Amino acid sequence: MSGFWIILIGSLVASCCAILGCFLILRRMALIGDAISHAVLPGIAIAFLLSGSRDSLFMLLGAAVFGFAAVFLIQLLKRGGVQGDASLGVVFTALFAIGVVLISLNARNIDLDLDCVLFGEIAYAQWNTLALGGVELGPKAVWLLGFTLAVILLVVFLFYKQFKLISFDPALAAALGIPVALFHYVLMGLVSMASVSSFESVGAILVVGLLIIPPSAAYLLTDRLGVMLAISVAIGVVSAIAGYGAAAALDASIAGSMVCAAGLLFALAFLFSPKHGWLAHRLARHRAAA
Amino acid sequence: MLEMLNDPNLRWILFGSILLGLGNGIVGTFSYLRKMSLMGDVLAHAALPGICIAFMLTGVKEVWLFLIGAAAAALAASACTNLISRHSRIKQDAAMGIVLSVFFAIGIVLMTRIQHSEYGNQSGLDKFLFGQAASMTMGDVYALGGTALAVSLVCGLLFKEFKLISFDPAFGRGLGYRTAALEYTLLALVTVVVVAGIQAVGVVLVAALLITPAVAARYWTDRLATMTVLAGAFGAASGAAGTWISSGVSQLPTGPISVLAATALFGLSALLGVRRGLLSKLLLRRRAKRLWMLERQSNGDAGIAAAKGGGSARSIAERGRIG
Repeated sequence: MSGFWIILIGSLVASCCAILGCFLILRRMALIGDAISHAVLPGIAIAFLLSGSRDSLFMLLGAAVFGFAAVFLIQLLKRGGVQGDASLGVVFTALFAIGVVLISLNARNIDLDLDCVLFGEIAYAQWNTLALGGVELGPKAVWLLGFTLAVILLVVFLFYKQFKLISFDPALAAALGIPVALFHYVLMGLVSMASVSSFESVGAILVVGLLIIPPSAAYLLTDRLGVMLAISVAIGVVSAIAGYGAAAALDASIAGSMVCAAGLLFALAFLFSPKHGWLAHRLARHRAAA
Repeated sequence: MLEMLNDPNLRWILFGSILLGLGNGIVGTFSYLRKMSLMGDVLAHAALPGICIAFMLTGVKEVWLFLIGAAAAALAASACTNLISRHSRIKQDAAMGIVLSVFFAIGIVLMTRIQHSEYGNQSGLDKFLFGQAASMTMGDVYALGGTALAVSLVCGLLFKEFKLISFDPAFGRGLGYRTAALEYTLLALVTVVVVAGIQAVGVVLVAALLITPAVAARYWTDRLATMTVLAGAFGAASGAAGTWISSGVSQLPTGPISVLAATALFGLSALLGVRRGLLSKLLLRRRAKRLWMLERQSNGDAGIAAAKGGGSARSIAERGRIG
């Protein structure tokens, strides 16, 4: 049973990240995901200090605030003339450092250790269960992640056309009157939400892997956005399952193994994708030469 | 601070952190201008599996071995990033994200393996995540400080060449410089300072020592030499502050404090920087406005005055924008 819950939580994390990651890599903002997943840490720590509990709603709120703050600060620095990637680096390292300091200083009051911050404790997430009126409803993480996934699916489903257009041609989208900036912030808000919901299970840094790797692999396998979203989710879920198996066999970090599994799947796609793979390119060049 | 200087051990650690900050700041200047700031982040995360493998193979905690392992892993990571972005349609930033997270995940898996295995006390490997300058031994300080010093010297010797590839690599190629070799040298230097800085600042945040001092220095000057020296000084100050504060408070890892010190310097620079700071921009704008008003008042012919005054005020404003 414990294996089932871990795989379910892992798959939910992977699905949330896989969907959002597709839009991030299409808009060439892959590293914004990295920045946000680091930057939400002080929000989580402050929510913890204020509420004194692992109340998920507070954490979501705190994380969302800091996710937005990070995006806003990065924009501010860029407009002030700092290079894009450097402004990203300045902002997220500073926010992450604040989070780590807050947690270390209040280590006695915060039931949250730094290892968990880095690579999550998916194995423990299942013991933190939700009970309503004496009825056991399963792990809290499942409900939180399920809710996040539902919100993501709803937003993406409702505004699929807009997101698609913005991903491929933001200038045209703006010309057609789509509020590009608003959708940018909606996407960033969803990424913050996904980072914080996944945070307990896979940690702040490995979220990045699940945000970027499955969508990148999917991007090599198809030219259609709808198909890319589906493949991306499938790869995420397969990595969650395979990662759990590998972790159990090796007695190692589950979240780390999941990201390694995703990396392996990406390597396969990179080498053997029928259209965009390395092998296909070599063969095509060979044929052209002959 | 003074108490600390009396303790010979702490004095050496402080000295080592200052040298590491210096080296990172200097190399960071060039990596900032070459628009490869985040490469430092990727290399740092990627170093983790190298450190773990070096420990698993030898079973000893020796800083030289860790440096070699980390450098090998970092080189593999930069090769992978190039491979992915060159041989597929994955963009550079996504390739960096993939390499960063996969290498870090491998590192985490290896680290948990080490923790669960007979090595038992995990050998203080987790200190590498957030850095603990206080855990450095004298030998470590010599090794790391020496490395940082050597890197700074190389930057000094190759200053002209690095300046050229930072601003106009095509011109450099035209002059007959081997720009590709210079770029690889710079990448190698970034690898070395990042890997050396891990002990003090940790894998997760060491990139900040590379990026933040350089960005802060950019606010004060338009001259590369000044910027390099300033960035080195900012880096050294952050390293010193991080070591000093974290040695006084238990449970505080060095890395985040150093990063926050660097960020504070950055904030000050962004506000007060002479060339591009917020305050100097505001003053410039006010002066331009006053000048324009004055010129308009002193000149009887409103039309011509507006045109002339507008012109000179605009030229001041433009100077501000360029500077």
